[in-house]
Amino acid sequence: MRHGQYRFIVGFLVLPLALYAVFVISPFVQAFYYSLTNWTGVSPQFDFIGLQNFQTLTQDSLFLRAVRNNLVLLAGMPLAVILLALFYAFLLNVGGAGSGVGVRGVRGSGFYKLTFFLPQVLSVPVIAVIWAVILDPTPTGLVNSAMRRVGFGGSGWLADPNLALYCVLWVLVWGSVGFYLVLFNAAMSSIPRDIYEAALIDGAGRVATFFRVTIPLLWDTIQTSWVYLAILALDVYALVAVMTPGPGGPANATQVISLQIAQNGFQFGRAGYASAMGVVLFFFTLSIAAIMLRATRRQRIEY
Amino acid sequence: MAVTTRTGDAGAPTTAPRRQPGDGRRAGRAGDVGGNVFSQVVLIGWSVMVLVPFVWALLASVKTSGEIFGSPWSLPETFQWSNFASAWDKGVGEYLLNSIIVVTGGVVLTMLLGSMAAYVLARYQFPGNRFIFYLFAAGMMFPVFLAIVPLFFVVQNLGMLSTYQGLILVYTAYSLPFTVFFMHAFFKTLPTAIAEAAFIDGCSHAGVFFRVMLPMAKPGLLSIGIFNVIGQFNQFVLPSFLSPERPVLTQGIATLLASQRYEGDWGALFAALTIAMVPIVVVYLLFYRQVQAGLTSGTLK
Repeated sequence: MRHGQYRFIVGFLVLPLALYAVFVISPFVQAFYYSLTNWTGVSPQFDFIGLQNFQTLTQDSLFLRAVRNNLVLLAGMPLAVILLALFYAFLLNVGGAGSGVGVRGVRGSGFYKLTFFLPQVLSVPVIAVIWAVILDPTPTGLVNSAMRRVGFGGSGWLADPNLALYCVLWVLVWGSVGFYLVLFNAAMSSIPRDIYEAALIDGAGRVATFFRVTIPLLWDTIQTSWVYLAILALDVYALVAVMTPGPGGPANATQVISLQIAQNGFQFGRAGYASAMGVVLFFFTLSIAAIMLRATRRQRIEY
Repeated sequence: MAVTTRTGDAGAPTTAPRRQPGDGRRAGRAGDVGGNVFSQVVLIGWSVMVLVPFVWALLASVKTSGEIFGSPWSLPETFQWSNFASAWDKGVGEYLLNSIIVVTGGVVLTMLLGSMAAYVLARYQFPGNRFIFYLFAAGMMFPVFLAIVPLFFVVQNLGMLSTYQGLILVYTAYSLPFTVFFMHAFFKTLPTAIAEAAFIDGCSHAGVFFRVMLPMAKPGLLSIGIFNVIGQFNQFVLPSFLSPERPVLTQGIATLLASQRYEGDWGALFAALTIAMVPIVVVYLLFYRQVQAGLTSGTLK
């Protein structure tokens, strides 16, 4: 019996583990190794050059530009998404008409959840194409013509080096809010109604309830969301690769780390150097997750 | 990493539809009407912001290029159904077929291997169990771009660049972390009594898994299955590096956009976009509870 059990365990695990080891774990481990070499990706020969790639990175103005742009996205995107999603989730849950016995959500919340979530199920290239055309810089573009009609001047949007990165940021926010709305909504609905009713009886208004009851009880979920959104901001690729001219343009205004990895690794024949960028990206991700989990730590409330 | 370990028992409970405060009906009391109107206006505002781009894209698929850019806010003069034919001529049919083949293979393999691994990890005690589980869970946190350059050479050395089997295996490998994580939680919650009865009746370990546990895990399998269908259908990063010669639909869309910048057949581009959007939107509308539960449960505690 016992012998048969171990054979069964090994039999069931061997295929998934082998696949995972070959295509996921080994490339991750190899990336750390190649980051210390001058491998071109083409020739089978390469030298071990220590940390030289990382030294070169600190001088690489294009890479530093990409890091700066990723940091702008990192600073703006998670905050905007979480604030908007929390606000909408709050409106869905307690924004409706109150009754004698408690707090009610708004009418049509099912429809809102269905709609807000929609960008999440469509692929990034689809979204990128739609926004690239909507933000057409000519005066007859969809957004520009609408803005002219209400009396504003048009804008270059993605063709404007000062605006392009913020357009990317906006599309990221636009696409992510629905997911976090549904997430926060699910978390809010798991908060017992008695707590809200108790706050109501104690005379708390809706806004006070939101800040003093809902937010503290959701803190764990918000914190986790922040980390996931930060990773998304650091990892952004498809949107920039498809939507921006160049990609990464105009004038490298939307250059990001992932784009630099793709260009160096696959076009410029600098596989070792690109792997070093990957390692930098990895440590960024790791430290940001660690910092955020520390900085936003609060006493966890059980209910 | 802390994020993944803390969410250990995610999944199963959220798949069941439950009553939420947000589902409530209007209770109607004069003093709150103001707040209600405010909520509705704000929520409708964002709905419009989400829907307008998609509706506009659907309309653009039956417009001429001149109408798309010249008079973006008006309806088409005549419906240009020929846009769909020219999208098809530009290879959209082939891209769609590639996507369907790869996603079918990828999802079947992911579900099979993912639930096998999850079941063993959830139900059997053996040395290294926790280690293997965390190894899978860690895969959810790593940036794909760290691995993409070496991954290209792994696939190249196997002779699998631009092949169906290459993409299927890679999709499966990258879908395993979340699938194992999700199904692990699901198998943990299933009762043990039925499995024990099956063992007493002389059923083998594998027999219990395929005949007893998998049928019982159907709701979880449905949720994660739809999640994987959508996720793999929308995959762009992996195929754009690993399958340049045999593009899937997402790559095709990106290529079409790039080529329209000089060809100028924008109607065909939006027809292609519509072909890419409609199947996913239909799946979403049919299964939206499972989709939302599947996508969000990994992040919820």
